[in-house]
Amino acid sequence: MKSFTRIETTLLPLDRTNVDTDAIIPQQYLKSVKRTGFGVYLFDNWRYRDPGVLGQDPRQRRIDPDFVLNQTTYKAAKILLARANFGCGSSREHAVWSILDYGFEVVISSSFADIFCSNSYKNGLLPVTLEEAAVDYLFKQVAQDPAFTCTVDLETQIVLDANDKEFSFEINEFHKYCLLNGYDEIDLTLQHADKIKLYEAELKQSCPWLFR
Amino acid sequence: MESSTLFDKVWSSHVVHERDDGMVLLYIDRHLVHEVTSPQAFEGLRLAGRVPWRKDSILATVDHNVPTTDRSAGIEDPVSRLQVDTLDKNCRDYSLTQFPMLDIRQGIVHVIGPEQGVSLPGMTIVCGDSHTSTHGALGALAFGIGTSEVEHVLATQCLLMKKSKNMLIHVEGRLPHGVTSKDIILAVIGRLGTSGATGFTVEYAGAAVRSLSVEARMTMCNMSIEAGARAGMIAVDDTTMEYIANRPYAPEGPLWDGAVAHWRTLHSDDDARFDAEVRLDVSLLKPQVTWGTSPEMVVDIDGVVPDDTNPDYRRALEYMDLQPGTPIEDIYIDKVFIGSCTNSRIEDLRAAANLVQDHTLAENIKLAMVVPGSGLVKQQAEQEGLDKIFKSAGFEWREPGCSMCLGMNSDQLEPGERCASTSNRNFEGRQGKGGRTHLVSPVMAVAAALHGHFIDVRKCVL
Repeated sequence: MKSFTRIETTLLPLDRTNVDTDAIIPQQYLKSVKRTGFGVYLFDNWRYRDPGVLGQDPRQRRIDPDFVLNQTTYKAAKILLARANFGCGSSREHAVWSILDYGFEVVISSSFADIFCSNSYKNGLLPVTLEEAAVDYLFKQVAQDPAFTCTVDLETQIVLDANDKEFSFEINEFHKYCLLNGYDEIDLTLQHADKIKLYEAELKQSCPWLFR
Repeated sequence: MESSTLFDKVWSSHVVHERDDGMVLLYIDRHLVHEVTSPQAFEGLRLAGRVPWRKDSILATVDHNVPTTDRSAGIEDPVSRLQVDTLDKNCRDYSLTQFPMLDIRQGIVHVIGPEQGVSLPGMTIVCGDSHTSTHGALGALAFGIGTSEVEHVLATQCLLMKKSKNMLIHVEGRLPHGVTSKDIILAVIGRLGTSGATGFTVEYAGAAVRSLSVEARMTMCNMSIEAGARAGMIAVDDTTMEYIANRPYAPEGPLWDGAVAHWRTLHSDDDARFDAEVRLDVSLLKPQVTWGTSPEMVVDIDGVVPDDTNPDYRRALEYMDLQPGTPIEDIYIDKVFIGSCTNSRIEDLRAAANLVQDHTLAENIKLAMVVPGSGLVKQQAEQEGLDKIFKSAGFEWREPGCSMCLGMNSDQLEPGERCASTSNRNFEGRQGKGGRTHLVSPVMAVAAALHGHFIDVRKCVL
């Protein structure tokens, strides 16, 4: 997994609550058997006016110029600034893959859906939860000045903005450790392979009907 | 001993190892696999030179991509076909049990798990699909996972997780005739909001839940994720045991007796403490209809479309092309979808067919389709003659799969079309770009199909 330590960048504001993973990446793209190449389909139903198909050249699509992702002002942003309950709905990891593939490294919101969050950690995308007032503040700053930047530092768990305003965020120690080091959770788990085998042997005795 | 909730009990009995940082290595008993969220996991496994840890814990099937029309010629869409073929190949390569497209046992993964007795009480059950919460109706801890987690379970039979909090949803009262468990769960989501249960495992309890069949309980647990909860659970009782007995993969003989003795302990202790509690009386509950683009945007059938004072509502009303103040019963529809992991089991089809009998679709209905949850549900329905009732009324009778719940195959809404759907999500574009979804119970979907617009099913002959 790719690691995450620190980033200083502009923000792309997506001012909607309850952005579901169907909106992040619609169903037709889930037919891919690959992990890559989903960035061009990110927010597809909002970004394009015509319905797309997997593998289609995006230059042939009709874009919606009003949608924030199509505004050149925010092209360089690596932080997606979102609203409450971001990533709700389907468990599709393609949502995280498309956000990363598009070029974002951080999503800031006042809350995230559970499965989206765990999918993010496993791919090196950092979900940063801030108080709603802080998120409101950031939306205001970005609206006033699209070149407004923030630094997100995982080690210190701080978002520092261009006005030197600081917001600290919480993150589970384990996820922080994996993100900072780019660790693969499977490797970490397999260090406990003996414990898993022991548990399994005991389970076979106590609940034999679980094995077939 | 300290008193525990049902969730506490199943969780603690599956802890393999607890780290100092609070993360737990949780053992997974059952892994359900489908074609959409597994190919990248198998690829990762292969690239790392690993193999599935416990093959007998896995059951795979194809459901999201499969056509619901004639399957004899295979899958027309080459991209869908590749995904289905990839699952076939992965199951062959690793000798995993799969119900392929032409197997009578094929169906929606959340229908076939319980149907086969593959999903059992007290188990930890995962699947790369958020509606895995369905299996919690059997007293299991069942939750959806992403593809990296699918790979993690394949490789280690475990997941690294932090324990969620406990929420009790206590449902009292006698459910009125014509009102179903779908209406209860929609009302719950309306009350909690789509993130109200985020971070919790929900237990549904109370007299109203006890009185429900296991299939009706599955409908409730299925939509736990629509309130933000990864898992929903219901305590084991005699109804649960009766449902499981004699299913193909259920334990038999002495194993059954041992299992039942264990399953009897799968309930929350009387003095168990929950981090949050919600109480609901359903004796006056009315059929529910969603009006917006989030499952929390739901009202009673005799209600009206709300006003657009908040921006979320304004956006939803614009997408749904609805005016504030419009009575729900004045909303006309184009299509009807009866199916999905929420409502495609035999009891759903029986209830729907019972109402259809001797009627025909309203003239404005362009398409009404019934998609059974599995090949065995379809077969059972046909033995009971339900297919004939649906077909003679003008409904299409299809092959099993996820179908128009998410439109990964050709079963989709056209832009602007409005659908009464028994599925679980009314998100923008969920059933097709520009499609407008209203979530309802199966009987409410039938009532709408026969009248052309939403109508309180209790006004129809029941």
